[in-house]
Amino acid sequence: MSAEAPAVPPAKAGGTPGGASPSRGAPARGDDPRRRAARRRRLVAAAFLLPALLLLGALVAYPILFSVGRSLFDASGTRFVGADNYVEMFRDPTTLKAVRNTAIWVVVAPALLTGLGLILAVLTEKVRWATAFKLLMFMPMAISFLAAGIIFRITYEQDPDRGVLNAVAVGVHDVFADRPAYPGARGREDAGETPLARGRDGSYGTAADLTPGRTVSLGVVGVPPKEVPSGAEPATAPEGSSGAGDGVLAGTVYLDFTPGGGGEPGRIDPGERGLPGMTVQAVRDGKAVGGATTAADGSFRITGLDGGPYALRLPASNFAEPYGGISWLGPALVTPAIIGAYLWIWTGFSMVLIGAGLAAMPRDVLEAARMDGANEWQIFRRITVPLLAPVLTVVFVTLVINVMKVFDLVYIIAPGPVLQDANVLAMQMWLVSFGGGNNQGLGSAIGVLLLLLVVPAMVFNIRRFRRSQS
Amino acid sequence: MNTGSTTRRTATAGAAALVLALTASACGGGGDTAEGGDKGGQELKGETVTVAGVWTGVEQKNFQKVMDAFTEKTGAEMKFVSTGDNVSTVVGSKIQGGNAPDVVMVPQVGVLEQFAGKGWLKPLSKKADDRARDYFAPVWKEYGTIGEVFYGLYFKASNKSTVWYGPEAFEQAGVTPPKDYDGMLEAGRTLSDSGVAAFSVAGEAGWPLTDWFENVYLSQAGPEMYDRLAAHEIPWTDPSVVKALTTLGELFGDKELVEGGGAGALRTDFPESVEKVFGDDPKAGMVYEGDFVAGLISGQFGKKVGEEAKFFPFPAVDGGEPPVVGGGDAAVVLKDGENTEAGMKFVEFLATPEAAEVWAGAGGFISPNEALNLDAYQDETTRQIAQSLVEAGDGVRFDMSDQAPAAFGGTQGAGEWKLLQDFLRDPSDPEGTAKKLEAAAAKAWKKS
Repeated sequence: MSAEAPAVPPAKAGGTPGGASPSRGAPARGDDPRRRAARRRRLVAAAFLLPALLLLGALVAYPILFSVGRSLFDASGTRFVGADNYVEMFRDPTTLKAVRNTAIWVVVAPALLTGLGLILAVLTEKVRWATAFKLLMFMPMAISFLAAGIIFRITYEQDPDRGVLNAVAVGVHDVFADRPAYPGARGREDAGETPLARGRDGSYGTAADLTPGRTVSLGVVGVPPKEVPSGAEPATAPEGSSGAGDGVLAGTVYLDFTPGGGGEPGRIDPGERGLPGMTVQAVRDGKAVGGATTAADGSFRITGLDGGPYALRLPASNFAEPYGGISWLGPALVTPAIIGAYLWIWTGFSMVLIGAGLAAMPRDVLEAARMDGANEWQIFRRITVPLLAPVLTVVFVTLVINVMKVFDLVYIIAPGPVLQDANVLAMQMWLVSFGGGNNQGLGSAIGVLLLLLVVPAMVFNIRRFRRSQS
Repeated sequence: MNTGSTTRRTATAGAAALVLALTASACGGGGDTAEGGDKGGQELKGETVTVAGVWTGVEQKNFQKVMDAFTEKTGAEMKFVSTGDNVSTVVGSKIQGGNAPDVVMVPQVGVLEQFAGKGWLKPLSKKADDRARDYFAPVWKEYGTIGEVFYGLYFKASNKSTVWYGPEAFEQAGVTPPKDYDGMLEAGRTLSDSGVAAFSVAGEAGWPLTDWFENVYLSQAGPEMYDRLAAHEIPWTDPSVVKALTTLGELFGDKELVEGGGAGALRTDFPESVEKVFGDDPKAGMVYEGDFVAGLISGQFGKKVGEEAKFFPFPAVDGGEPPVVGGGDAAVVLKDGENTEAGMKFVEFLATPEAAEVWAGAGGFISPNEALNLDAYQDETTRQIAQSLVEAGDGVRFDMSDQAPAAFGGTQGAGEWKLLQDFLRDPSDPEGTAKKLEAAAAKAWKKS
């Protein structure tokens, strides 16, 4: 890919004299030997140019013209529709999304890459094992986009058991936060003597009509059998509605599900086990005034309560789903995530190129600046960067061109449901023409748009190249 | 043509492998019973019939047995050419190269239409026609008929109305296979109380969602409406569509029923969805997809189908008939084949229960042939799947998304796939989804 930008100018440069010569050459008259020789020279030149011109024409010019023509016809390619495809293109929200994403790519990726490359190149200048480092950084370039895409697809995987980034995120998170006792479980609603109701925050609570002295059974369901702690003992039914003693609310939190079915919801059936380690709170007027943690058989006692009615609550912290990490490949983060993968591949390229420019920089200027007492930052800002500017622009523009046609990474990393959120023009072109859309007219129109967007960068690069040659 | 059908095809191949493994004795069809009309032993001796199809591996081997049975009967020499996934391209280039096969096993209704549209096909003979009428439910003949002409004989069928479940999870929760959709949701809630999610839904792949919708719609709105929607004669904004989406949303929107909730399901691809039920660490009790799930269960997760993994037919919705969404491979005869006559004889042979019996005995095969004795199937699960397909008779319908233009029904990240994925994420607005579906459908149908 990197070869493409430099490859165009020589062809073009070679083409110019060939194209210019006929206009300059007046028709040869008479038999002036000098004139004949000149004409022969031109013929020879044309003969030498012919293969290249033919190839260029067949492989570049013809396809471009064909695409432009094709973009004026409908899906079947038989009916002329004029500019309809172009209108359709800008009316279609998916294409607009692709345009937007391509814009993000063009703005973010080349700038970041050039910056990173510059920093790394300057830093490696000062390191003794610079070659080894550069080699390492350049290594991802040797991996195909497809393979790199698969690597990053897995790296970004949501499941912390698979995606390494989320494994780190969850690991860090769990150091600072407790894991909930029964993730994913929930209170049994609408059953039993003291039915639980789900609160807005994910907690479950009874009605606020419990007076101290009562015993209550609170049913919980949705706990996988494997996740019931091995020390859990069978729950025992609390005896009647009194007997807990003064100022005490007591009861049992139990798994309200009989293995194999058959249990009655809201009642402690034989074989149902208590759930140890569950936090229970006594609530009055919305405020927790007392709490307890359940024992091995799921029983709890909340003491020191006086007077009026209370509600019992199982706070949401008992049930919270475990932290699932960051949704890297969700609709919001998918484009930044893919850009990250792209950086991984291309940083080495920009670093090596900029490093080469750095090596060719006149040392005496730097020495002089140092003698004059400039510090390293000043040298970097005022001398290195300005002197490197031509190289930086070449790298930048090459990357812009490259980024515009990014396709494979996006196609592989973005999962199906967010494919449209990650869409870019090159992929939209493919999707529309071959990947199900089967409308090569519209696809050609997108291709032409892509070409128009790339052309300024191309022209700029060619100009630069010419200037540096002369 | 799309990843969906590719996956399905590979999965079907796997299914074949499974049943073969189960039935250790995969003996070829020996029992040539006398059967009216085709007598004459070696009448086709010296002639060669070339058959092209997408089958490879075990499926190809089993089809070879069917061809051998034909050879034994008629003396014709049979040759099978595997086309890989892209039948139409391969067959098209063979026709252009003057090297056309005589018979092609076409895997999709859309491809059949395409072949007929290009004028490649020869109408099937009177005899094949008669047999199709005698042995098959009329719907199969209709799917093989393009514009009044009967071109394609469905030899091999698939059944995409099977809900697979782990018997252990059902036992643990004390539920039994449900009889109707509400019962299925009820059983699902009980499962969820017991600690496993009810369904694992493969939302990352779009096509299982289209299959979910098709089953609900076929049962709720009935086969006639289904046909009209499949042909886009009624818009997707039709109340019946909204109703089916609402019904489906009841399931998709219930976090207790869908493993991981909508967001979790959207990160689950198809093999993963099966793994969540039949893997080492089951997280859900049921997974819905077609008969090819059996291949994955035994091939990839090493569970015994019939014991550690069972299925029940997709239950009826709102008092309708239980849906049977199917599909199949149709045999067609090419005009340009070298030996069209003998090819026609072979297709006639494929219409007989005798031919179906050969492959049924080898496994990994369901026949739409009603005359085939169900005892021919060698394992219980396949027999039940075949039975529900045959019993559905004329109520069988082909996959709707396969019949739609690919831009609508078969493109990753676009059309129906994408919109149903959005619906899975947030099923609160069935009407809005129906509107978007109609917009996408209108665009796709206009283009094609």
